[in-house]
Amino acid sequence: MRFELMYESFFKIIEGIPLTLQVVSISTVLGLALAIIVALMRISGKKSMSIPAYYFVYLIRGTPLLLQLYFVYYGLGQFSFIRESILWPILKEPYWCGIITLTISTGAYSSEIIRGGILSVSKNFIEASGALGLNKIKTFLLITLPITVRQALPAYGNELILMVKASSLISIITLMEITGIARTIISKTYAPVEIFLVAGSIYLIINFIIVLAVGLAERKLGTVKAN
Amino acid sequence: MLEVFSFGSSGWGDEMLMGALMTVLVSASSLLLGILIGIIFAACKLSNIFILKIVANTYTTIIRGIPELLVIYLLFFGGSSAVMYIAKIFGYDGYIELNAFTIGTIAVGAISGAYSTEVIRGAVNSVHKGQFEAGKTLGLNGYGLYGRVIFPQVARIALPGIGNVWQITLKDTALISVTGLVEIMRQSRIAAGSTHEPFIFYTAAIILYLVITRLSNILFDKAENTYSKGFVSKGAL
Repeated sequence: MRFELMYESFFKIIEGIPLTLQVVSISTVLGLALAIIVALMRISGKKSMSIPAYYFVYLIRGTPLLLQLYFVYYGLGQFSFIRESILWPILKEPYWCGIITLTISTGAYSSEIIRGGILSVSKNFIEASGALGLNKIKTFLLITLPITVRQALPAYGNELILMVKASSLISIITLMEITGIARTIISKTYAPVEIFLVAGSIYLIINFIIVLAVGLAERKLGTVKAN
Repeated sequence: MLEVFSFGSSGWGDEMLMGALMTVLVSASSLLLGILIGIIFAACKLSNIFILKIVANTYTTIIRGIPELLVIYLLFFGGSSAVMYIAKIFGYDGYIELNAFTIGTIAVGAISGAYSTEVIRGAVNSVHKGQFEAGKTLGLNGYGLYGRVIFPQVARIALPGIGNVWQITLKDTALISVTGLVEIMRQSRIAAGSTHEPFIFYTAAIILYLVITRLSNILFDKAENTYSKGFVSKGAL
């Protein structure tokens, strides 16, 4: 063990934390919005809505994230109409390609979590809300959504951890976040174990904080009794 | 447009299919290694020995909390020296270099093993206590109890979970393309680079992955149905 190297590299690797957190938080927020739309499409009962949503989720969950990332970063840039479009300033940046890919990915995975959450809301609540004279939109916003948030929270906490882990892939398209910096130091110093321990601990701490925060939120929100 | 996928030396069709075969091979060997690791660590977690529990919990926590890519880098850069270090203890002093397939299998197997551990632990826990007691009453212990009575039941209950682990493992093997193993991901990168047609090759790779996941879904569903024969229904379990 080269402790001095670990000490030095620690300060280099923590410089990647802001980028990791930034990419994760932006894609999580955008992905959540996408997930709610996809989940609502899937349970809408209209085939024209639920079938595209189903295949979107199927496509994203059935392919590796790295492939999706390559597809967005290298694949789309092949076409001149994309290179000439107004989207190109965004699509040529690895930063935005990373965010777009992670957003789509978490959008697909979380839509399943949210769908499960919405379906777990007891019919009794919906009926009671109807009896109180609330319309469909109000029922969704005031009854279904808050209960869904509570029910989906434990699974969504797992998804957040998966997002932190998945964000390491953007290092492959040249972004210098935690894993990117760690990889550079490993290939320079050839000390894989030491650097792994340092970078790994940073990830574990980030994920541990997420677990604590989600647990706190779960306790704050209490439990929902179905009947 | 599709002539890039012709077979033989002029197109990439056969290379892409070989890549798909490599993906399936490395995924299958990683899954098997993962199940083996899973059985060992599930046994550790279920044992009453404190130190074994700690070791198993540390392993699953680390793997589930750290990016797969870091684990792959650790083994890619450190795997050979670790093997040489162990070989030295046994008196072998030569140079050993692990090939990309072995490193990939160990790395993805270690990741997959953490998920298998949880699946198998859950399956063992869901075997009825009476089965253990009945086995002991019959005078069975060790292999007789676990190998002949408990394991067959665990295997059946764990099958859907192992199906999920297979999907995760399949997708994780895309990451070992960074170590140079020529599977679907790597092959489509090579082809995309040499033909300047990234879009079409990454689309082909997406289709290949979807075909593999679809086929394996069908296989796992079939296996589940076969091994659930005689049980009321999936929901009743």
